[in-house]
Amino acid sequence: MTAITSAAPMTDDPRRSLGSYAMIGLLVLAAALPFLVGKSGWISNFTFLQLSLMIVYAIAVLGLNLLTGFNGQISLGHGAFFAVGAYTAAILIDQYSVNAWLTLPIAAILCFVIGYLFGLPALRLEGHYLALATFGLAIAVPQMLKYRHLEPFTNGVMGINLIKPDPPFGLPLSSDQWMYLAVLVVAVFMFWMARNLLNSRPGRAMTAIRDHTMAAGTMGIDTSRYKATVFGISALYVGVAGALHAIIFEFVSPDSFRFELSIAILVGAVVGGVASLPGAVIGGIFVQFIEKYADAMTKKISQAIHLPLELQPWTLYGLTLIVLIYVMPGGIAGGLAMLWAKIKPRQGG
Amino acid sequence: MTSVGTAEAYPESDSGPLLAVKNICVRFGGIIALNGISFDVMRGDVVGLIGPNGAGKTTLFNCLSRLYIPNEGDILFEGRSIMNAPRHAIAAIGMGRTFQNVALFDHMSVLDNVKVGCHSQTSAGFLASILRLNGVGAEEKAIADRARELIAFMDIEPFANMPAGPLPFPIRKRVELARALAARPKLLLLDEPAAGLNHDEIEVLKEQIRRVRDVQKVTTLLVEHHMSLVMSVSDKVVAIDFGKKIADGTPAEVQRDPEVIRAYLGTGA
Ligand SMILES: Nc1ncnc2c1ncn2[C@@H]1O[C@H](COP(=O)(O)OP(=O)(O)OP(=O)(O)O)[C@@H](O)[C@H]1O
Ligand SMILES: [Mg+2]
Repeated sequence: MTAITSAAPMTDDPRRSLGSYAMIGLLVLAAALPFLVGKSGWISNFTFLQLSLMIVYAIAVLGLNLLTGFNGQISLGHGAFFAVGAYTAAILIDQYSVNAWLTLPIAAILCFVIGYLFGLPALRLEGHYLALATFGLAIAVPQMLKYRHLEPFTNGVMGINLIKPDPPFGLPLSSDQWMYLAVLVVAVFMFWMARNLLNSRPGRAMTAIRDHTMAAGTMGIDTSRYKATVFGISALYVGVAGALHAIIFEFVSPDSFRFELSIAILVGAVVGGVASLPGAVIGGIFVQFIEKYADAMTKKISQAIHLPLELQPWTLYGLTLIVLIYVMPGGIAGGLAMLWAKIKPRQGG
Repeated sequence: MTSVGTAEAYPESDSGPLLAVKNICVRFGGIIALNGISFDVMRGDVVGLIGPNGAGKTTLFNCLSRLYIPNEGDILFEGRSIMNAPRHAIAAIGMGRTFQNVALFDHMSVLDNVKVGCHSQTSAGFLASILRLNGVGAEEKAIADRARELIAFMDIEPFANMPAGPLPFPIRKRVELARALAARPKLLLLDEPAAGLNHDEIEVLKEQIRRVRDVQKVTTLLVEHHMSLVMSVSDKVVAIDFGKKIADGTPAEVQRDPEVIRAYLGTGA
């Protein structure tokens, strides 16, 4: 299901500019948060780490969303690009003492190239077959990371330990707070670029390909080249997310990037709302919090309501997913937009 | 450059046909869909292409759009063969089209549909667009202006910001025509634009086709079953049946042609 493309803000709509002021206000607040909290401990460092991870997943979900939501190509294997990004950062920092932030553009370019090259032959594959090919990627990459001859770089199943960078210029922040701030800035930049893309000639072309590939071709769009490029850009986003994950989590190992990660990103994209930029943020929240806490919540709830039977882990997660998909087929972003549309007309447009 | 494409009148020097279809044959397994079709389209004309159901009209359009590769024959546009051009090069060469069953980008707004029509006339790439480099903004504005102009031309302004999918069929047809015009085609291929329209809408369409020729300076090849429409707007009519050309001339000549009368009576149309 593809929702109505919601990326294009109508410039002549005053309500939209109100929305973008609210957005900027929210972002300023989010950026000010670590400074407000400072060393008071009012929000723990662990919470900042979790917020950072949420933002990282939002970037990854956004990357998949560009491919699936806006270009109509499905991928069950984007965890592989996450892993490539993470390992690129980890190896460069660990072995070559490259500055952590410098690893981001390197991971980005590498993942773009790999994504583009993977996307080229995958063009001949439609629907189920593309899903299977990407599934293979998700299975293969963690195994390749364990490969013995790569061990000098990857350290095999043991993985690589890193130390997160300290805040620069003597900023009065803990390193978790500084990471949060840096990740936020990177995310804003990535979302800004995605919005620019979607509201431009190539962005409309990729959406046109999703809606009617043949008609897009007769409009002069080189559909093959576009699809491969979008695959590359999508991999680039997920690769940057992976590199950020390695830096803030201070650890990479093959088992951090198993097949479940690819599915988690896909679930985040669908639940958040495909073909929607805010949906990617919601997807990030879903991946980081709902998924990780579904387990604990399952236990808590079954205790609280004295459930006579024992719920297995993941039960709540599965149920949440089923309910969400049935109630809001357009994802949470789509559902909210529909709610808004129902409330709004009373004010006369 | 901030203008989307150039509206050029017909260059006087080039006196040959705009489109020359030469001996085109298309076979689908055992079916011979087109069997040695040849005809010319002169600049500035509206040429009607008629024939009973299954005669091969859409198949011919698909050859011109490079969706089908003919088994034999050649297609010359402005004197140059298009037989080696990829599908996505056709719009830039100067041919635009609509589809018999309307092929819009359903989840995109009407405005964005028409903007996509400008694709072949514009050049902003991925990197420049993502980083909003110099020139992208100006080109975007030119695209928006062009799209709005055509939306006004087709009289569909109230629908501009609505998704194209759920719109009524006659509106969808106008969106498709606006999208085709956005590429500033030299030759416009219309596949049954009147199908599904009521009498009043057909009168409007008639006027629009004339204005496309006279205002937008676009040569038109028109596939249509609605005889009074074809006969009233066409400068020339080509009739085909079972993949073969059976008549070619002015509307009056073709209407009188015994082969044409037989083909239509024979299929009960
Ligand atoms: N892709 C295809 N595969 C097989 N046969 C095809 C294909 N496209 C067209 N045909 C056949 O070619 C013949 C011509 O079809 P075409 O669609 O060109 O007719 P048409 O003149 O456009 O008819 P209509 O007026 O009904 O639209 C028909 O017999 C049709 O079944
Ligand atoms: Mg047809």
